[in-house]
Amino acid sequence: MSAFDLYLLAPELSLAALALVLVLVDLVVRNKTVLPVLAVLGLTVPLIFSLILWFDLSSGDTMQMHGMFNTLVVDKFSLFFKFLLIAAAGIVILSSTDYVQKFARFQAEYYALVLFATTGMMLLASTTELITIYISLELTALPIAALAAFMRDGRSTESGMKFLVLSAISSAVLLYGMVIVYGYTGTTSLPQIAEQIGNLSLLGGSPFGSNALLFGIVLMIAGFGFKVASVPFQMWAPDVYEGSPTPVTAFLSVASKAAGFAVILRVFYGAFPADMLSLDWSATFAVLSALSMTIGNLVAVRQDNIKRLMGYSTIAHAGYILVGLAAVTARTPGAESIGPSGVLFYLGGFAATNLAAFSVIIAISNRINSDRIDDYAGMARRAPVLATVLTLSMISLTGIPPAVGFWAKIYLFSAAIEANLEWLVVIGVVNSVISAYYYLRVVKAMFLSEPTSEERVAFGLPMQLAVALGFIGTLIFGIYPTPLLNLARTAAGALLS
Amino acid sequence: MPEVAAWLILFLPLASFALISLVIRPIRGAESQTAAYVTIMAIGLTFALSIWALVSTVSAHGESHYPVHTWISAGEFEFAVGILMDPLTAIMLVVVSGVSLMVQIYSVGYMHGDSGYARYFAYMSLFTSAMLGLILANNLIQMFVFWELVGLGSYLLIGFWFDRPAAAAAAKKAFIITRFADFGFLLGILFLFFNGDAFAAQGLNVFVVTDIYKGVELGLLTIGVAQWVALGIFAGAMGKSAQFPLHTWLPDAMEGPTPVSALIHAATMVAAGVFLVARFFPVFELSLVAMNTVAIIGGITAIFAASMGLVMNDIKRVLAYSTVSQLGYMMLALGTGAYGAAIFHLFTHAFFKALLFLGSGSVNHATGTFDMRYMGGLRTAMPWTYITFIIGSLSLAGIVPLAGFWSKDEILTHAFNRGVNGDTISMVVFLLALIAAFMTAFYMFRAVFMTFHGNFKGGAERDPDAHAEHPVHLEESPKSMTLPLIILAVPAIVAGFLANSIFDLGVIPGHWMSHFLDYIPSVHVETAVFSVGIAALSSVVALLGMGMAYLMYIRRVISPEDMPNALRPVHTLLYRKYFMDELYETVVVRHVFYSGICYALDWVDKSIVDKIVNFCGWLGANTGTAIRQVQTGQMQAYGMGISVGILIIFAIFLFLG
Repeated sequence: MSAFDLYLLAPELSLAALALVLVLVDLVVRNKTVLPVLAVLGLTVPLIFSLILWFDLSSGDTMQMHGMFNTLVVDKFSLFFKFLLIAAAGIVILSSTDYVQKFARFQAEYYALVLFATTGMMLLASTTELITIYISLELTALPIAALAAFMRDGRSTESGMKFLVLSAISSAVLLYGMVIVYGYTGTTSLPQIAEQIGNLSLLGGSPFGSNALLFGIVLMIAGFGFKVASVPFQMWAPDVYEGSPTPVTAFLSVASKAAGFAVILRVFYGAFPADMLSLDWSATFAVLSALSMTIGNLVAVRQDNIKRLMGYSTIAHAGYILVGLAAVTARTPGAESIGPSGVLFYLGGFAATNLAAFSVIIAISNRINSDRIDDYAGMARRAPVLATVLTLSMISLTGIPPAVGFWAKIYLFSAAIEANLEWLVVIGVVNSVISAYYYLRVVKAMFLSEPTSEERVAFGLPMQLAVALGFIGTLIFGIYPTPLLNLARTAAGALLS
Repeated sequence: MPEVAAWLILFLPLASFALISLVIRPIRGAESQTAAYVTIMAIGLTFALSIWALVSTVSAHGESHYPVHTWISAGEFEFAVGILMDPLTAIMLVVVSGVSLMVQIYSVGYMHGDSGYARYFAYMSLFTSAMLGLILANNLIQMFVFWELVGLGSYLLIGFWFDRPAAAAAAKKAFIITRFADFGFLLGILFLFFNGDAFAAQGLNVFVVTDIYKGVELGLLTIGVAQWVALGIFAGAMGKSAQFPLHTWLPDAMEGPTPVSALIHAATMVAAGVFLVARFFPVFELSLVAMNTVAIIGGITAIFAASMGLVMNDIKRVLAYSTVSQLGYMMLALGTGAYGAAIFHLFTHAFFKALLFLGSGSVNHATGTFDMRYMGGLRTAMPWTYITFIIGSLSLAGIVPLAGFWSKDEILTHAFNRGVNGDTISMVVFLLALIAAFMTAFYMFRAVFMTFHGNFKGGAERDPDAHAEHPVHLEESPKSMTLPLIILAVPAIVAGFLANSIFDLGVIPGHWMSHFLDYIPSVHVETAVFSVGIAALSSVVALLGMGMAYLMYIRRVISPEDMPNALRPVHTLLYRKYFMDELYETVVVRHVFYSGICYALDWVDKSIVDKIVNFCGWLGANTGTAIRQVQTGQMQAYGMGISVGILIIFAIFLFLG
């Protein structure tokens, strides 16, 4: 391990170090409220390292920097996710501060686990080698399983258990897929896999060129599909979302999903050359996308628990994002990056929106101890600010201007049209209409129903900050999306180069 | 001028709006004086920048070029924002920011003690910013956004006293009617967009104003397309500029605070329609049908509104109808091709009409009422208001050498010359305009005599409909109110003579404004030759109107009480505003709309659409329930699900792939 490797790994290393520092500080301080402050302030260190790497890439003439025996790559694609994940972790920690008071002990461990999981996710976006991918994946899954069970009551324990076991199953499936791909190509490095597949000239014949590759790739899709909660690997999501502590649910739905898509993009664009295998993987993702959108939205219609509703909503949004993965090809030459850049833009917008929504849900549930949508009745009078923010989030999730979700959908759908996937766009639009029903039902409850109590819903400063950050992101990028869009385009360009 | 300065013109008032509504009002309270000072400072700076813009546009001899900025680009769709700084923009900027500044200063005193003081200035800032944004926009989409914001601003301001039912209703009416007309504007934009292929082929953007000018020059617009685009744009302009038959909202809009009437219904919002037609004048000129429509609607509006102004008792309503009538003048000028004369009239009218509205507010401040039947004799108590009001009235009536005379004369001369050369429509509108000029002089001096002469008739204490909050005190208004009146009186006297003089004035060349506006290659701005005959004719007509008012209301040779009785049907028709409100509310809205179209649509909706929708909902909900059954909570089942999922994907590939 050279100094250059340390430089490349600096964001991840500093993040892991921060987690350890938190646990140590916990031993010596009495006042546990310093912990979240320390955690959020500490997050600026990996953020600064990532920024330094970004400017290094911008000023130098290389598009990517390889390290750790070519298992890691730092390019603008991975840095995009590092920014996204650090921001998400920060907002999750801010919104946890009130909630964490419920745990008598292990507060530092809670924050440390969030940071460890974030470390794993950041690595996921950087890896270019199958074994490292697997290790990083486990590094994210284990802390999350512990976090899911953190409340130690019946539901929370159940959800942690479910996540652990099902995640183990999916890991097994993924490993099996990797083994087959390795057996077929003789290497675990993504660029070398691509090279080998290229050498075999597989055009024509069976799907993905050969049955071995088909089995390998489908198993890997299943493994990753579990991560991003895509149908038919989504069944864990609603149960785990409902049972976990709400900030953990937020973390799962935003950070974990973003990391899952990062690794899918990295593997597919890195190892399975789009020019040879694109038709098959485009078709697979298109079908998964249509299923996820439809099933996620239809079931969400019947939910009366907001956390469960958000669980199904994330499944549906995994479906929308998969539209961008299906849009591999492009009618106009040179526009191939519109699909992946659409995915990145959507993930950014979705992160802001979902974090805003979950911050509000956490703030409200801290106060009323309920996640039932009926108990949100009249919230506009009890907590006008929270109700406004949640309304904007719901509008954004539906895809209505002036929220960022609108542009995210427009951009992804135009990518699909560019890839001649009009049928998928039709399904996507119909699904958006269905989703309006249950998203707006929350808004209706807050604004039109009579409040059950007149008690105001108050919340602390860190929470206010979390809500404000999510709200501003959702609104600003909804009115002026170009900066985020340019960032996503740059990152996607780095992936395709 | 640098681009940043041009953007600041728009953003200063917007920042003032944000500052007042987000910071000042929550912290300093709803009646904070700071709000007024912030607004005056922002608009004062904007006015200074607008003067700078005018000076630099004059020295640049036409358009200044600014880069455009991409706002959003998604796939093939790309939208860029930018500034168009040409002579028309520069003149409009000075008019809007100048009048707005006067109105804000005036409002400090007029709105004093109102419980919505800060809110008032926040709305005023928003409205001014929207109007400036509309003027500065370099493309149709940006223009439409600000066009709608102008509509929103006027809704908020007309309904400022929203606890008064009449104000709330007037705001709603204004918004609905103008919004209805905007539909035409939107259709025009869409029609242009769908016929924009020829533009794209030349590398031009069909939404960008200067590209449209170039396209017209290159002949990219066929007459048929130009006709529908122009008519669509004109429909939008008819709503905002209150042209017949969409004029009914403007008199009702007088329910808003008087300075609002001065700003919205004198200088800005109503001028937006005229501005819009002027902006797309090259497109209008392609189509004779469009031009004639504009001319005829303008002519009808001019005389129609003036006739209703003859009988109104509410001083603000008299002014409102006079505004509608003068906007008709501007439209008929545009319709007869007198581009320069129309903008010239817009320019002079803004000053004297703002002056008159503010004067009526000053009168109201003293008497507590707007009903002229309860006024009278204010001449001695309010000398400044009286003198400035007289100046405004003389200017509006078109008396030499006040501002209104020159601009009105140019419109009349132009129409007459075209009429003599065989254009029947021009001749017709010339006659309509001439009759309207007589009516204008009559009703303005009727207002002057009823308000300021004779004996005082009690004011708010006698008027059952007055909203007075304090007892009647007949004294001159505070300085913050009279000062804007005096300042506005200056351009009301000299603006016409100086800006578009008929001969060289040394520093200012003759016909300066016409030459300044003559910069679009496809539009030739004619400099109407001053005709002594027309000038004499219009002066005589105006003097006749004034004389008749004098005879009726001062000398009482003809009794103003007997006259309506003698002409009862005519008076009723005018007084009830040609029954237009009843026509709209009873026939159009209630019978045609509610009982006809809505009833039919309701049936379709309930028996066909709802059934289908309910079925879809039922299907969706039940599918949801069915799928939910799979979600048992059993981990084994979930693991099974994953495996089955994988197998199904395999199967699909192996057997179908």
